[in-house]
Amino acid sequence: MAEVTQLIHHYLRHNKRFPHVLCPGCGHGIVLGSLVRSVHQLGLTKDEVVLVAGIGCSGRIAVYVDFNTVHTTHGRTLTFATGIKMANPRLKVIAVMGDGDALSIGGNHFLHAARRNIGVTALILNNNIYGMTGGQSSSTTAENCYSTTSPYGQQEQSFDIVELAKAAGAPYVARSTVLHVKLLDRIITTALARPGFNLVEVLTPCHTQFGRKNKFKTTVDMYKWYKKNAIPLDSLSKLPQEEQNQRTPIGIFVEENRPSLEERYAAITCRLEEASK
Amino acid sequence: MPTKVKKNHRKEERSLFALGNEAVVEGALLAGCSFFAGYPITPSTEIAEIMAERLPRLPDGVFIQMEDEIASLGAVIGASLAGRKSMTATSGPGFSLMQEHIGYASMTEVPLVIVNVMRGGPSTGLPTSPAQGDVQQARWGTHGDHPIIVLSASNVQECLDMTVRAFNLSEKYRSPVILLLDEITAHTREKIQIPNRETYEIFSRIKPSMPPEWFVPYEESMRGVPPMPALGEGYRFHVTGLTHDVNGYPTSRPEEVEKLMQRLFRKIDQFFYDIQIIEETACEDAEVVVIAYGCVARSAHLAVLQARELGTRAGLLKLKTLFPFPRPAVERFIRQCRAVIVPEMNMGQMSREVKRVNNGLSSVRTLNRIDGQIITPAEILKVLQKA
Repeated sequence: MAEVTQLIHHYLRHNKRFPHVLCPGCGHGIVLGSLVRSVHQLGLTKDEVVLVAGIGCSGRIAVYVDFNTVHTTHGRTLTFATGIKMANPRLKVIAVMGDGDALSIGGNHFLHAARRNIGVTALILNNNIYGMTGGQSSSTTAENCYSTTSPYGQQEQSFDIVELAKAAGAPYVARSTVLHVKLLDRIITTALARPGFNLVEVLTPCHTQFGRKNKFKTTVDMYKWYKKNAIPLDSLSKLPQEEQNQRTPIGIFVEENRPSLEERYAAITCRLEEASK
Repeated sequence: MPTKVKKNHRKEERSLFALGNEAVVEGALLAGCSFFAGYPITPSTEIAEIMAERLPRLPDGVFIQMEDEIASLGAVIGASLAGRKSMTATSGPGFSLMQEHIGYASMTEVPLVIVNVMRGGPSTGLPTSPAQGDVQQARWGTHGDHPIIVLSASNVQECLDMTVRAFNLSEKYRSPVILLLDEITAHTREKIQIPNRETYEIFSRIKPSMPPEWFVPYEESMRGVPPMPALGEGYRFHVTGLTHDVNGYPTSRPEEVEKLMQRLFRKIDQFFYDIQIIEETACEDAEVVVIAYGCVARSAHLAVLQARELGTRAGLLKLKTLFPFPRPAVERFIRQCRAVIVPEMNMGQMSREVKRVNNGLSSVRTLNRIDGQIITPAEILKVLQKA
């Protein structure tokens, strides 16, 4: 344990004023820990990592780590990340977004980043709610759930981030919860090592804004719910059909190899250079 | 059609029969622009099309077409943070979408150039007849109090020159610079001189020279413009659109907020005379001066010459810097002349500024047209003779 803490301390900014903004029981810190361990395991230098974040609770986690960090505008994280990666493909660009950030206001950018296959690892920290602004419903708030803007229950169907990413053409799509840390470490490490657009959805509890309105008495109840509800992808098919629909599969959904946009662009510039000689 | 240029960097001076939009590209490449992100919109699209052909032929040149104008400016900011001289080009509706990121670039002090080829508005408006309706939007379009540099050009040669100036100013003061063109200037084809890049003054952002552990990303200094490292160069720091302290970390402490905001304004204000670009024609003994910018300045030029022939001592003050507003230059003529005339293709966006400065000293005449047609020399001459 002490070793893990020391490792994380090595990656934190020591001149950043604490305490941090996250509530007790929030899962965002677990994701950041997992990200740090993955960066460390791959031997990436702090200088080559660019952490680009959006607006919301998830957007605030970038400031604590000693990488190149860019806290962008709401929903536009992937556009900044695209510019950074195209301008300097040697950088390891990681985008951290929330569910409202990536899919509501930034839904268009999300689809196009996946379609383009830009070399960015996108982490979507999905807590099914707008946390920072006080618990309004987002595009991943499940039907009939309560929020400050759906006081009588959410009437809209929610997005399935994994299905959306698959349809948009992302070559790597994975999902975990913050309770399944080993799986989370594994998929983030894999994603960071791969070229192209890699999507990792992380289910992370927001007891303060979501749990309290939806009959979760404590944060622990939310983690218990994740434990009960999440199921490894390969075990899903063994369940009866009606139970399958109730559960949330976790694991790696897509793992394909396609040349990334920056690789294809480099190939064109090489070809043009050859032709002009 | 874009001009075919085989060699990446032509050193000798040459002339070109070029479109205004084409001249913008020539100017940008001369200034060292190596990144363009954009979204198609008439009448600016030629800039993107020519960039799409030229940039991949340059060492490290990057062109990318984004999904919308919000994304375009986001990518441009990202590329600039990664060390590239970057730009985008758009027109009215796209410019409206970019406002959010103009504020971000202003707050985070990211150098970049936005070319807005104005067409008639509001909304989809008049695609694609000329107008000058985005002048105050360029100044105040993004929310919050912020400094900004806005330039304009009235002919094809100026499109090239002012694009270079736009890059130089953005790099020098770490500020977004907006170049306002209009459909007429952008779609006029004229002979221009492309200067020798060796002799042309090109400015690039100052990078930190101290060891990374000494680097304070937003430190106060006499210039007020902090050195700017590129991402990945070893100077790891935090960039945020939130009000931040000298280390770049979010803050809401009043004394730190005040310091940041004051510096943002001071860095532009104190170099006002470096940023103010104006051109005077027949102004020395003028009794009536026309203050104009963009394509209307061309009409005004002819009108002033004709008025002189007819015996009116007329002059032209052409504004190439629109903001920060060239107050000292305008004030001089307000004191000197019995009247100043501000013709423009909007309902009086620049004459507001002139009237504000005028304070009742002189008579400010306006001449406005909002039907998508240029203001003709004859129309200006008529007002000149009455003034």
